[in-house]
Amino acid sequence: MIGTNRYIGSPVERIEDLRFLRGRGEFVGDLKSQGMLHAAILRSPIAHGRIRGLDSAAARAIPGVRDVIAAAEIGAVPTIPLRLLPLPGTERFLQPVIATGRLRYVGEPIAVVLADSAALAEDGVGALILDLEELPPVADRRASGRHEILLFEESGTNLAMTFTGVLGDAEAAFRDAPYVRRECFEVQRHTALPMEPRGLLAEWDSTQQRMTVLGAAKVPFFNRDTLAAMLGLAPASVDLIENDVGGGFGARGEFYPEDFLIPFAARHVGRPVRWLEDRREHLTAMNHARQADCEVEIACRRDGTILGMRGEIFVDLGAYVRTNGLIQPRTLAQCFSGPYRVPNLHMVVRALLTNKTPSGTYRGPGRYEASFFCERLIELAAVDLGLDSAEMRRRNLIGAAEMPYKLARLEPGGAAVDTECDSGDYGEVLERCLAEFAWEEKRTLQGRLIDGRYHGIAVACFIEGAGAGPKEAARLELEPDGTVAVYVGSAAVGQGLETVMAQVASDTLGMPIDLVRVFHGSTPYLNEGYGAFASRSTVLGGSAVYEGAKSLLEKIRGAAAARLGGPPDDIELVDGRARTRDGRSLSFADLAADGLRVDAMFQNNNKLTYTYGSAVAHVAVDLGTGQVEVLDFLVVEDVGRIVNPLTLHGQAIGGVVQGLGGAFMENLVYDANGQLLTGTLADYLIPTASDFPRIRAIALENHPSPSNPLGVKGAGEGPIIPVGGLMANAVGNALASFGAMPNQLPLSPARVWRMGAEAPMENLGKNARAEPVSDAAGPGRSQIRR
Amino acid sequence: MKPAPFEYQAPATLREAVDLLASDPEAMVIAGGQSLMPLLALRLATPSLLIDLRRVPGLDAIAIDDSGIRLGARVRWRDIEDDRRLETAHPLLRETIAQVAHYQIRNRGTVGGSLAHADPAAELPGIAVTCDAELTLVGVAGTRMVRAGDFFTGPLTTVRQHDEIITELHLPFWPSGRRWAFREFAQRRGDFSLAGIALFYGEDQEGRVANAHVGVIGACDRPQRLMEVEALLNGRFIDEGLIREAAETSARTVDPPEDLHVPAAYRRALVATLIERGLRSAAQHRSA
Ligand SMILES: Cc1cc2nc3c(=O)[nH]c(=O)nc-3n(C[C@H](O)[C@H](O)[C@H](O)COP(=O)(O)OP(=O)(O)OC[C@H]3O[C@@H](n4cnc5c(N)ncnc54)[C@H](O)[C@@H]3O)c2cc1C
Repeated sequence: MIGTNRYIGSPVERIEDLRFLRGRGEFVGDLKSQGMLHAAILRSPIAHGRIRGLDSAAARAIPGVRDVIAAAEIGAVPTIPLRLLPLPGTERFLQPVIATGRLRYVGEPIAVVLADSAALAEDGVGALILDLEELPPVADRRASGRHEILLFEESGTNLAMTFTGVLGDAEAAFRDAPYVRRECFEVQRHTALPMEPRGLLAEWDSTQQRMTVLGAAKVPFFNRDTLAAMLGLAPASVDLIENDVGGGFGARGEFYPEDFLIPFAARHVGRPVRWLEDRREHLTAMNHARQADCEVEIACRRDGTILGMRGEIFVDLGAYVRTNGLIQPRTLAQCFSGPYRVPNLHMVVRALLTNKTPSGTYRGPGRYEASFFCERLIELAAVDLGLDSAEMRRRNLIGAAEMPYKLARLEPGGAAVDTECDSGDYGEVLERCLAEFAWEEKRTLQGRLIDGRYHGIAVACFIEGAGAGPKEAARLELEPDGTVAVYVGSAAVGQGLETVMAQVASDTLGMPIDLVRVFHGSTPYLNEGYGAFASRSTVLGGSAVYEGAKSLLEKIRGAAAARLGGPPDDIELVDGRARTRDGRSLSFADLAADGLRVDAMFQNNNKLTYTYGSAVAHVAVDLGTGQVEVLDFLVVEDVGRIVNPLTLHGQAIGGVVQGLGGAFMENLVYDANGQLLTGTLADYLIPTASDFPRIRAIALENHPSPSNPLGVKGAGEGPIIPVGGLMANAVGNALASFGAMPNQLPLSPARVWRMGAEAPMENLGKNARAEPVSDAAGPGRSQIRR
Repeated sequence: MKPAPFEYQAPATLREAVDLLASDPEAMVIAGGQSLMPLLALRLATPSLLIDLRRVPGLDAIAIDDSGIRLGARVRWRDIEDDRRLETAHPLLRETIAQVAHYQIRNRGTVGGSLAHADPAAELPGIAVTCDAELTLVGVAGTRMVRAGDFFTGPLTTVRQHDEIITELHLPFWPSGRRWAFREFAQRRGDFSLAGIALFYGEDQEGRVANAHVGVIGACDRPQRLMEVEALLNGRFIDEGLIREAAETSARTVDPPEDLHVPAAYRRALVATLIERGLRSAAQHRSA
């Protein structure tokens, strides 16, 4: 850095935590407004149908219920635009902000009740009388693909979008390959589940004709513009305010129906309205994620060199295409092969509509699923070809000399959306990970029965494409009290943004960190901002703050030089003072009178950063209960440059635990009628603090990103990505003697138990090595041509 | 998730509580609230009146004498955990209760609430049935005693009449020298288990099993004793063969429900695993 500080790279304790630990955090549930009404939402009890009538008389008659708003009160009902990938055709499948007759999933908003308390509002919801006509639901992607029952008749199809990822010539590669294997895999529907459900407090100022919405998160500026357009207001008349946010993970902060309904309600009744999502509605209202299944193939040389991958993937998208709903299918097509050199790839991804909650991004969207599919394929190939799991990966990782390495060409999109791995030595990190874990020693545990449990180890590698552009804004101002105010368009969702931005600003300006104050997210601070998604805040927001701080530094030097005499280059900034060579100095407070402020905009030309890493795990499987214990889990990643090792470590450990939830527990189960069966946290199991105590994470800064001045790479999602595949392979290896095929997540106790219970006795003790079969390899079959 | 409106009363005597309950068919008793509050919040229960037992005297004692142990209805899980006398007076009870839910819930959940709620996977009802305990119920018509084995009739249903309040659970005397075990399995610690087993037995002069009691939770629509397994064990020496046989018999005799999380076949196999592991550990340990 420029100054003498060394905050960047140091384990600076989170500035936010002082506030949180003292109970002084301010979440939406802490906010109140004079004369505020409480909202509760009537949601569709059926998966598919039509509203014939809604009788609100009884609800309105409840003392304390103030109003009921349904589609009729709204008039022209807007649909929610796509924030990312607004591709032609998708406009047919957008979600209206309230049901206008047709109901497409359990949980779809039908009416908003406003009352003096949340309990009264719920009483009102309970008193609404719905007259419904039920339609047969499209319960899964298979039914969807038959296009017999359509969610949108006008469109004539349930296929929302098809993406294809292409590299080389897969057909030729498979035709000539000495080894191919085809398998089916499936990742279950689960969800991000932030600790704090959503909440909004909307205030309408009728004299000023201004709308203020508190409770914004993730992408306040985009949502401000969207809301303004829907309300027929100028963006400048709408403010979105970001308060403390208890987790986002991709799901919280996107524009949902409520993001219109609550502000609309406030304007409609002329009083502030607050809505706090409860956990039950959260589970049907908030984006679901991850549900995908596939039939995919790998082609290799006998030495394990991958020649190609191809196949078809189906995404169960739910009832509408939501703001970022196409990111998962897109990523499955474009990034299927992860960090591996797969010269010939042809992956077709079909995103199909079903009568379920719509889906969106969740930490490592598409990548978690792709990694599971790809790592399973590679593992099966390694077994078939008699190669060690690590050696198989070692042979196929993209090499340092191949950087930058272009990933698959995407259609629709073409060259405009090409992406490439930016920098790194993937093999180096794999070796470090293996050495740290003592892979060679632990290999002897593979499949062994010790004290009643089968042991298995596995290794997986990953890349995290992050830091999506195009840009981020920042403004820095020298305040009269000698502090520096940093405004940044990034959003805080609990990741420690204030701390990281303060580290960057204070190092650059050579001032103590406690003299830097960070303001973020809320729309009044800046003209534009791009928010927190794709692990972008440190990459783009951090770079914007860095550029801004550098400009401010120049301004301070110039102002100090003008007052103290001499050239600006001779002015040094130390400890919040501007000093000449001969020791005369001015405090920042003295200089603030000059009105020093800078605006900065960092652009990255849409070049993603690619954090990469490897993970290894050791599990023990109890076939009596189906329980898998994670005895050791180690993830090593190269993030380019570490700003704060503490917050980074938190991201790594938290990501792994969240991934383990998806690997073992979390499952949104629907019945054939499209009813969600896992409607509370008693049934939707998530990992708690005590479930996975043995997780280790190592972060390296070997290869900085070439696309930003800090050299940082987005690092909020990497470690979750390999978890599903890693766990499946570890369990598969532990139970190899049973011929276990853990091809579906989650690895629930019943599923793991069945791998042992259903194993044919003659399989016991025998390695499940695939035999050569007929020419066409069917699912579950491998083919080795001799 | 806000409860529907209800009235609230905290009567000072049992008589008053019973009368209040009898006077309103929509009234419900509340004790620790650890099962009822979630039901209220989800509006799955919408009582007109909640009758809080917190001021009713005489329901919070643990009494131990030659006839056994009396647990007042308002005794909390943590009271059982904290009572060192139970280490010898009823080690099976103490060990089992330590596995109920989480610390915070054990701090409030009560004996009476758990028995009345009658979750098929709840630990205390399982111990009550396995140990042949007896419940005391007080209603407008007076006091009656019901054997735990007759009390539970299905998931969340019992023979308790609307106006009756459970005042006490009596567990028969626990002689020293018994062999026993409690085993359960849940994917996460603290959750209701997918299945659990409790067992104890004495031994005759030669070391043959005598008076075996074997109960299961979570694997049937209510806590149950496995009489066939008990009959198999009585009079035999415990060895690996017998353990296997008992495990297989247990899997055959339980009648698990299919549910969201696991198929019935899994639960059968799980019961067999737990019986096997329980018998093995019981054979190795004997209570003081
Ligand atoms: C997250 C979680 C996990 C849990 N895990 C477990 C577990 O693993 N094992 C387990 O056993 N329990 C578990 N529980 C339930 C807990 O143990 C409850 O406390 C217990 O089942 C009910 O006791 P209570 O005093 O809270 O009853 P309450 O919730 O107050 O009442 C429950 C029911 O009993 C009735 N009732 C209460 N007292 C009496 C009485 N004296 N006479 C007549 N009726 C009465 C009420 O009317 C109500 O219908 C869990 C609860 C939670 C929230």
